Amino acid sequence: MTGWLGPEEWQAVALSLQVSLWATLVSLPLGILVAYALARWRFPGRQVLNGLVHLPLILPPVVTGYLLLLTFGTRGPVGSILADWGIVLAFRWTGAALAAAIMAFPLMVRAIRLSIEAVDPKLEEASATLGAAPVWVFLTVTLPMALPGIVAGAILAFAKAMGEFGATITFVSNIPGQTRTVPSAIYAFLQVPGGEASAMKLVIVSVVVAMGALLLAELVGRRVAARVGGA
Amino acid sequence: MLEVSVRHAFGAFSLDAAFRAPPGLTVLFGRSGSGKTTIVNAVAGLLMPEAGRIAAGEWTLLDTDRGVALPPHRRRLGYIFQEGRLFPHLTVRQNLSYGVRFAPRDAPREDPRRVIDLLGIGHLLDRRPGALSGGEKSRVAIGRALLSTPRLILADEPLAALDEARKAEILPYFERLRDEVSIPILYVSHSASEVARLATTVVALDAGRVIAQGPAAAVLGDPAVLPTGPREAGAVLTARVARHHDDGLTELDAGGLALFLPRVAADPGGTLRIRIAAHDVILARARPEGLSALNILPGVIEDIRPGEGPGTIVALDTAAGRVLARITRRSAAALRLETGAPAYAIIKAVSVATSDIGGTAAR
Repeated sequence: MTGWLGPEEWQAVALSLQVSLWATLVSLPLGILVAYALARWRFPGRQVLNGLVHLPLILPPVVTGYLLLLTFGTRGPVGSILADWGIVLAFRWTGAALAAAIMAFPLMVRAIRLSIEAVDPKLEEASATLGAAPVWVFLTVTLPMALPGIVAGAILAFAKAMGEFGATITFVSNIPGQTRTVPSAIYAFLQVPGGEASAMKLVIVSVVVAMGALLLAELVGRRVAARVGGA
Repeated sequence: MLEVSVRHAFGAFSLDAAFRAPPGLTVLFGRSGSGKTTIVNAVAGLLMPEAGRIAAGEWTLLDTDRGVALPPHRRRLGYIFQEGRLFPHLTVRQNLSYGVRFAPRDAPREDPRRVIDLLGIGHLLDRRPGALSGGEKSRVAIGRALLSTPRLILADEPLAALDEARKAEILPYFERLRDEVSIPILYVSHSASEVARLATTVVALDAGRVIAQGPAAAVLGDPAVLPTGPREAGAVLTARVARHHDDGLTELDAGGLALFLPRVAADPGGTLRIRIAAHDVILARARPEGLSALNILPGVIEDIRPGEGPGTIVALDTAAGRVLARITRRSAAALRLETGAPAYAIIKAVSVATSDIGGTAAR
């Protein structure tokens, strides 16, 4: 693969994979929690939470990126606190991961929420009468039964993170080796004369990864559903 | 001893019921909408009643006056649901052992092999619920509840979703549960024949109120207690198998009176419970002769209770126990039936359904 892709292009692909993987893994527990809360709990502010989760889907990505910069920049309210602990997100790959995670979050939560809503609460009641405390009900009934949706949500989020551009470039700019993910690299290559060939290679990589992720999500979802299903 | 008193209202329906259940199998009996499931869900902790007290022996599950309300997972109950509610993502074996890990270590345990034998589910252990028939699912659900080391078993119409053949398959397991397992059972039913076969104690409910409670024969033989309507009325007799005859009949001894039924699958000397439906009983003032019916029980009329419409329920006290007959008011008037008068109950041998004949000893 490195033979076909030049070092610059390979750097972008490797960085994109790293950013997307971390974005997905770190946001998954929170995604499951938020999806569970939206699916099962009735609390004041539920609609506000729902709106907040979906906001990145509707806002122009550049707005999301700018808000991230304001919040998590080294002088932002959260960024300055994190900076005191030695964590800097702005203009780093970690920042790219944060931007990608936030942009992918609505897709992840939607998929997981649907699968949790499909779990029959009567099975959760049965679990409780057999002695399972709420945490165990969740771990032994709700979570395994919602697994197809969780896997699908994670893969979808990964693919979305791979393609994130607007918020990323606004928040962490386009620094080779640091924040230049595949979409940013394509954009950069298209700005210089003779960059089309490199851009085209990365376009192919993007299409293959996106298509592969969709097929994988479908396949894994079906596998797990077959194992879990047959009620 | 289970003590339950529950008050709850939703919409137009209000429940205000209190009863005590001695050891054995207690049936909550009544038509749908009478509040049976609400009571069981309150006992299980799945429904929080507005007021109430529920205690199993020394152990208080709920006492709204004292602010005690254990969550469902700390009540240690085995709940057998109407739809089974097996976990589809687990095998039968994993379903059966699901509750074991949550039970206290020192809890008295049922031996899994004994339970699996009792229910005849040994060959299903590696299957998933999706690959089980309705009757098999029911048996696994019973096993799962038993093995969770419950202090009380709840069963909410566990047979209602099954066809007649499957019911006949599962009923004997509940009889064995009642006779061989020492855990008290609270069983919801609207079927008079299930009640007659299974109940040690009957709590009859109507519109959210307890209208009678006591031993099965006393409650079902009381013409005032018809929670599922006069059509379902019938008395319960206890009889001993005397001998099997060559012509396909079994002779029973009920309090000294001979009773002939189509061949019963029980050995001579065994005790049976038989439910005699009131609409299968004919009354006569004099001992009839030249009649095809084999069973003629002499007795004294205890009670006459006119129902809605043209029917009336007559209770006849015989040596075999109380027999209920559902006849028309016109016949009652024509025969000049009155309390204290002698009469004869005539029962066709073939009219007693096999589903109304209980298997093992009735306590």
